[in-house]
Amino acid sequence: METLIQIGYLVALVCFVLGIKGMSHPDTARRGNWTLAFGMGLATLVTLMQPGINNMLWIFISLALGSWWGLRMSSKAQMTEMPQMVSLLNGFGGLAAALVALSEVMDMFYGGAMEKLIIKVMGMGVLGNYYRIFYLVTLMISLAVGGISFTGSVMAMAKLNGKVSGQPVRFPMQGLITNGLLVLMTLLIIAILLTIAIVTSPSYTQVLVFALLLLSLVYGVLFVLPIGGADMPVVISFLNSLTGLTAATTGLLFDNRVMLMGGVLVGASGIYLTMLMCKAMNRTLGAVLLGQFNAGSGEVAREVSGQIKEIGVYDTAVLLAYSSRVVVVPGYGLAVAQAQHLVHELEKILVAKGAECKYAIHPVAGRMPGHMNVLLAEADVSYDLLVEMEAINPEFPQSDVVLVIGANDVVNPAAENDPGSPIHGMPILQVHQARNVVVIKRSMAAGYAGVENELFYDPKTRMLFGDARAVLGDLIQEIKRL
Amino acid sequence: MDFSLQEIPALVESVLPHLYLLILAVFLGIEVIGRVPQVLHTPLMSGSNALSGVVVIGSILMVGRAEDAPWPVLVLACLSLVLATINVVGGFAVTARMLNMFRKKK
Repeated sequence: METLIQIGYLVALVCFVLGIKGMSHPDTARRGNWTLAFGMGLATLVTLMQPGINNMLWIFISLALGSWWGLRMSSKAQMTEMPQMVSLLNGFGGLAAALVALSEVMDMFYGGAMEKLIIKVMGMGVLGNYYRIFYLVTLMISLAVGGISFTGSVMAMAKLNGKVSGQPVRFPMQGLITNGLLVLMTLLIIAILLTIAIVTSPSYTQVLVFALLLLSLVYGVLFVLPIGGADMPVVISFLNSLTGLTAATTGLLFDNRVMLMGGVLVGASGIYLTMLMCKAMNRTLGAVLLGQFNAGSGEVAREVSGQIKEIGVYDTAVLLAYSSRVVVVPGYGLAVAQAQHLVHELEKILVAKGAECKYAIHPVAGRMPGHMNVLLAEADVSYDLLVEMEAINPEFPQSDVVLVIGANDVVNPAAENDPGSPIHGMPILQVHQARNVVVIKRSMAAGYAGVENELFYDPKTRMLFGDARAVLGDLIQEIKRL
Repeated sequence: MDFSLQEIPALVESVLPHLYLLILAVFLGIEVIGRVPQVLHTPLMSGSNALSGVVVIGSILMVGRAEDAPWPVLVLACLSLVLATINVVGGFAVTARMLNMFRKKK
């Protein structure tokens, strides 16, 4: 039986590796996801077969409840809300790891876990003492990192859906307090080890353990607060990697290889993916986590001045209808207004009139890399029309009209030509090189990074104010009537 | 508890095999996603988020051995099992929904 279980775990682990591998390529991504899910199902099934598993009723009730809830959450979420959804799920994973650790601690104090540990330690001979320390430290790390991952993810979610301001939040002595908290947590872990070794009464230790959990929850919030909303995808990916780490430490606690290796796998690939995302935005992970939006150069951002020019729906319709090369730049504003389908309709009409119509996709369009592709794919936009930044940039000088819908920072020329701008260095879509630019926007409010956009003051740019959905609807009617 | 330097070689020896595995897993984790196109960043992150719910196994083991443990242990363990299951099932379902949109349409 034991051999069968280990073989089952081995197969599950192979599924994990093949699944992740599959998910990094468009053709195999769907199969990769199912491979991962199969591996997870197998690992769960095999675990249920382990000898000495009691409370089967409770296990099945919890599994059923969790599955039902998970399916419900995932089917109700809008595609625009995906980043928040992933963040929340990740928070649940972190909390689960923290609770496993906490229940193990409770079992040590009030149940039989401590005696079992001591028996195991005795059996290990000279190394027993080291193992005991190692075990307790791992337990505390699971607890603390799980807690950080939980509140950090919930904060990231709140920043994404606007419940908490997306602006970086700063307060006096922030660095001192945040880092001090980390030091305090380390000291607490040492104190917990000492009280377990010296004081046999659990009540002291218990207070310290709860203090550790509380501090880690606070730390998770403080960790995410100073980071701007635009960087949340990177933060979520980083926290996901942390949850992987807690899965690995939990694996150590239970001597369970599939948890250990799976957790390390997620931890490593999560960190790597985080760095890839940073690279796409021309930032370093350190700068993101410290909450600096390229504050390095020390120069002051240029004042943007000039006259903005408005344009009406009818004039835009005429402009579009008589253009032969149109590029649409979709941004988060489009997604929020749920106007993906209307954009697709506009594209079909323009193509029917003989124009060429493409979509320019910035790497971080939407709220996450690849998010805009998902949203447009949902509206049946053909995959071939979505052009990535490097491919479309050389085409802008030949474009007749660029229609910017609800995008801002990703088309701000200041990122290229103003060293003092907070977003300097971020690669952008060079729409300012096009012959005409029409920007559909609700108001003149600054973008997510909170900087003015000089594109709006460019002589070639015209502003079409209004909700993306309403404006596009009118635009389609006008073009049809021409 | 007493420790002595004579135990160090035995300690290193017992840790080494695990270290091998861990280091290889780290490299594997990085290599396996190697060059992933930007369009897949979000689904990949979502999928690996579901995978980080592998802690569900720890929750099952914890509930499974909490038979003669006091009730708070069982309650906490069950709660963690529910949360971990949401993470896993919800994570894979969300990822599948995202990837379904990339399916080539005829």
